[in-house]
Amino acid sequence: MSVLPLIIKREFISKVRNKSFIVMTFLGPLLIVAMTALIAYLSKANEGEVKKIAIYDEAGIFKNDFKNSQEIVYVDLSSMPFKTAKDTASNSYEGMIYVPKVADIQELATKTEYISDDSPRMEFLMEIEAVINAKLSKNNLQELGFDSDKIEKAKVKSDVRVSKFSGEEGLKYLNEIKIGIGFLFGYLIMMFIIIYGNMVMRSVIEEKTNRIIEIIISSVKPFQLMMGKIIGTSLAGILQFIVWILLGLGLMFVLTLFGASQADLSTTTAQMQPEQMEMATGLLGKIQLYLNEIPTITLFLFFILYFIGGYFLYSSLYAAIGAAVDSETDSQQFLLPIIMPLMLGVYVGFFTVMNDPHGTVATIFSMIPLTSPIVMLMRIPFGVPWWQIALSIAILFGSFLGIVWFASKIYRVGILMYGKKPTWKELFKWLKY
Amino acid sequence: MNSILEVHNVVKQYGDYTALNSVSLSVPKGSIYGLLGPNGAGKTSLIRIINQITMPDGGEVILDGEKLAPKHVQYIGYMPEERGLYKTMKVGEQCMYLAQLKGISEADAKKQLKYWFEKFEIESWWNKKIQELSKGMAQKVQFIVTVLHQPKLLILDEPFSGFDPVNANLIKDEIIELNKKGTSVIFSTHRMESVEEMCDHIALIHKSNKLIEGKLIDVKKEHRTNAYEVGILSSNVERLMYDLTQKFQLQQTDFKSLNDELKIEVQLNGSAPNELLHILTQNGQVTHFVEKIPSINDIFIKTVTNK
Repeated sequence: MSVLPLIIKREFISKVRNKSFIVMTFLGPLLIVAMTALIAYLSKANEGEVKKIAIYDEAGIFKNDFKNSQEIVYVDLSSMPFKTAKDTASNSYEGMIYVPKVADIQELATKTEYISDDSPRMEFLMEIEAVINAKLSKNNLQELGFDSDKIEKAKVKSDVRVSKFSGEEGLKYLNEIKIGIGFLFGYLIMMFIIIYGNMVMRSVIEEKTNRIIEIIISSVKPFQLMMGKIIGTSLAGILQFIVWILLGLGLMFVLTLFGASQADLSTTTAQMQPEQMEMATGLLGKIQLYLNEIPTITLFLFFILYFIGGYFLYSSLYAAIGAAVDSETDSQQFLLPIIMPLMLGVYVGFFTVMNDPHGTVATIFSMIPLTSPIVMLMRIPFGVPWWQIALSIAILFGSFLGIVWFASKIYRVGILMYGKKPTWKELFKWLKY
Repeated sequence: MNSILEVHNVVKQYGDYTALNSVSLSVPKGSIYGLLGPNGAGKTSLIRIINQITMPDGGEVILDGEKLAPKHVQYIGYMPEERGLYKTMKVGEQCMYLAQLKGISEADAKKQLKYWFEKFEIESWWNKKIQELSKGMAQKVQFIVTVLHQPKLLILDEPFSGFDPVNANLIKDEIIELNKKGTSVIFSTHRMESVEEMCDHIALIHKSNKLIEGKLIDVKKEHRTNAYEVGILSSNVERLMYDLTQKFQLQQTDFKSLNDELKIEVQLNGSAPNELLHILTQNGQVTHFVEKIPSINDIFIKTVTNK
């Protein structure tokens, strides 16, 4: 009888029975929901806060141009002596906009100051600048003899329709949605690799520290043990992911029900509902349209393929590292070269694919096996030539075989080495044993 | 077939280091075979090759008349020097798992496990985790795991290191019982005196080479020095010493005794023991007369220094 199913079964059961695994499986989604709720609550709580900003307008030009908003209240202190106003502002105001008296109103473009001990947000400064710009531009126009109201009327706001040569209507912001979806899948693969790769590594280290490893490999081949470990752990991981997704969906359902009932209470008028329904169906239709534009099935298919290739590639490296070291703390120096390409895949992928999905950098990174599972998935929504996908997958699975061979060599030697932290040089020497 | 295991010219190299330099051995069926040698001699390398953990770079291994193949893991029970068990796994499940990895069926594993658990009176441990057991208890489980699949050949690397005296004795008795039922046993140890009493065959390995191999008794005969330890109560020591030095070489020696006697080691130089005894009885009361048998350790040191 083949021993591989036995090993897979043991690894799976020992992972699933582990207390921290159970806790994480059921608490994970709760934690994430709780975090989201907390962040939402905190940002809401921040909203209620009103900032008071003083205005000291010696020129008497802008006093009425700064409009109060939900977050900011402007108070005019121009009637006070400057010194008193400054003290008042520094004591009980967030900051003070100081408009000096000038000969030419245009000088205000550069001479207006914002005085505050806190460094202001960029948006806030831009808001102030926008007010000044508008006022001064209007002033300029008037001096030049233009009627600013007419100019305002003459302004046009365009909305370009996107369509295809076939005549069907195109969708705006499709690229952003595509990169979003690609990023999501890429990120998912990265997270899975890091979480469950680490789990594989820990399980290898555990067998070493328990000193059971030599007993086991006197019965089975190290390669079988390594593969059994990787497969068993990934099955446990997939189970955990499924539970997370189901729990997450359930929680979301509960929350929306809760939210909807609250919304019902606030909008007691029943007439609103048909409108809302219409909006909802409209939105659903839109989503349907977008989904039609994205090669969903292809994407899902390749997600699975790249997921398998990427996960096996990386987790065999994790297994090799686990075999080479004696404890988890020793593993850091070897982990860095693994995490780096993963990070590189996500971030380089994100920025280059967004700019140009078929550019040289994106294409190269979607071929390198260590980054291709992430980068190629980001590119696929934009339509990648078949030969490129085929080549990338061929490279991925080809190097997968190579790396598994390499990892199992290190694994074979490493699991029998105790008590010393190997160097890179020694690891390469092990390949020849 | 008279040998359970034959090793022919096995070579193993780690990089530039030669761990085994064309080593050949033959382990007779039903024997208790001591694989002796200091640390780093190559014992564990050889054992790992027999267990197919590593592959030899040259030579071959014949197990029970067949060239070593993956199916043979079932015939061997191996207790490595670095040993342990899954700490968080239940005792019963763990034993079942390890037995099944060796290739025996679930039903057989269960039957055997029941036998051993009853024998050691540890049925109540089935659902306990190893980490809940004491070290001595875990050692019993460790032994059961080694013999559970009824191996033809038992390989024990430093078997008594880490065992407390009570367990060591228990295990020793079990090993002897298994041996009587036909299981061949290989002991590997650097503490050469420790298994001398159990082994009937030995091989000495030193610096990757086999130096000596054979029946323990033959090895000892070959290295006998023909020296006798003598204890005598004599009223005329001068006379005695004179008579003895005429014929033999003498040496001071010491052994445990309840008498306040003269203790000497006598080299026979080809004479018969009776000639020595004759001189002794003429000069006093003989209280101790034993041929000095060389210990394996003595033989080893002598062989190494002579080379």
